[in-house]
Amino acid sequence: MTLPTVGQDASCYSLVVNHWVCASYWHDRFDTLRDATLQHLEITAVSVALGLLCAVPLALLARRLPRLQSLILGASTMLYTIPSLALFPLLVPFTGITETTVVIGLALYSLTILVRTILAGLQSVSDDVRESARGMGYGSTRMLVGVELPLALPVVMAGLRVATVSTVALTTIGTIVDYGGLGNLLYDGVQNDFKAEIFAACVIVVALAFALDACLLVAQRLMTPWTRGRTAG
Amino acid sequence: MIGDAVSFLLNGANWSGPDGMLVQLTQQLLLTVTALVVATAAGLPIALWLGHLGKGGFLAVNISNIGRAVPTFAALVLLSVGPLGTDVLGPYGRAGLATLVSLAIFSLPPIVTNGYVGIREVDPEVVEAARGMGMTGRDLFWRVELPLALPLVVTGLRLALVQVWATATIAALVAGPGLGNVITAGFYRSNYGKGLGGAILVALIALILEGGAALVERYAVPRNRIERREARMSLA
Repeated sequence: MTLPTVGQDASCYSLVVNHWVCASYWHDRFDTLRDATLQHLEITAVSVALGLLCAVPLALLARRLPRLQSLILGASTMLYTIPSLALFPLLVPFTGITETTVVIGLALYSLTILVRTILAGLQSVSDDVRESARGMGYGSTRMLVGVELPLALPVVMAGLRVATVSTVALTTIGTIVDYGGLGNLLYDGVQNDFKAEIFAACVIVVALAFALDACLLVAQRLMTPWTRGRTAG
Repeated sequence: MIGDAVSFLLNGANWSGPDGMLVQLTQQLLLTVTALVVATAAGLPIALWLGHLGKGGFLAVNISNIGRAVPTFAALVLLSVGPLGTDVLGPYGRAGLATLVSLAIFSLPPIVTNGYVGIREVDPEVVEAARGMGMTGRDLFWRVELPLALPLVVTGLRLALVQVWATATIAALVAGPGLGNVITAGFYRSNYGKGLGGAILVALIALILEGGAALVERYAVPRNRIERREARMSLA
């Protein structure tokens, strides 16, 4: 969106006055900001959910087959090496200029963190606990769902927080295929030297990262009440 | 589209000239190396020193988390539209200063965190034994802590290298220098073969850099393992 040529009386964004902090911009362009934020949130949430959905079976597979483990970890590290501005274009021949391209790219990035932390979480369950569960007659599926996964939750949730926060940041690069949420506003702001727009997008994107991180922290506390006494800090 | 990308990359004309890929590739490699050197010179000594003193751990570890939460794109935008501007900086190209500063800032977290953690994770018994042998703080640092921390320090540098290369690509989104321009020019002008060609090139170089760094790391680590064993034997 280009800057208006003539400044209105109370306005702090126009070709004449171009302020970073500008309340009337937030007010006038509320719809633009809301739509970009919602798109950002949607892309982030779907990507991390998709990443988690793929990471759980991959981590279980890697645990069962040690030979596959180095292959899975190696491949996901390799993916993480590819810059985001290159990864999205590399997916375009398969998924086109769509939101799917961004979601798949971001899900692949989150896999790197999630597979590792799920593996680490499962390995953090002590053998004594497994042994006693087995002694109580737990089969392998019931053990996984009833004992191992709940005990792995603190580590897994820590990984999920890291993955979510970095996905919020990376979503901005989706603007290369026109689906970058607040990144679209950043790109537009640079093209038009629109300072109020740039500042607003920066503030919202950082706030979004902190808000989602806080939500996940609260969720973790609620899901793992037994850790509350130990990890007060 | 993939065919277009390959023929774009194989066409020599796209590599030559003042806006050719060769110039942009050199620009981006130069930016990456400079930023990494600056960040290492600024961050590593402080991180190692803090690790040696055992102070400032909260900051050293959390700087990584903060670095991950701030979008590199947003930082680049703020710096180039804001105070640092988009002037050409010598061989670094348009918005050279803004790009260099953001690259250096975003390569700091892995360098600082790994340097600090590397020193802190040296076996306290080894440190105690070294002190018992009468080593001064300086000897302890140079002859015991630093050699034992080296693998983690090198890993931090490798992570920083990957991060810097990725961020240097994004500079193109703020009209900055580097190969990212091939990608943005291709995509924003619907020349998808060109955009995809640029993406393939950027990804390939990222993998080559990572592979090279991993090799260096492997060289640094086994020699260090031997040193570690010797250090333990001679100190135990």
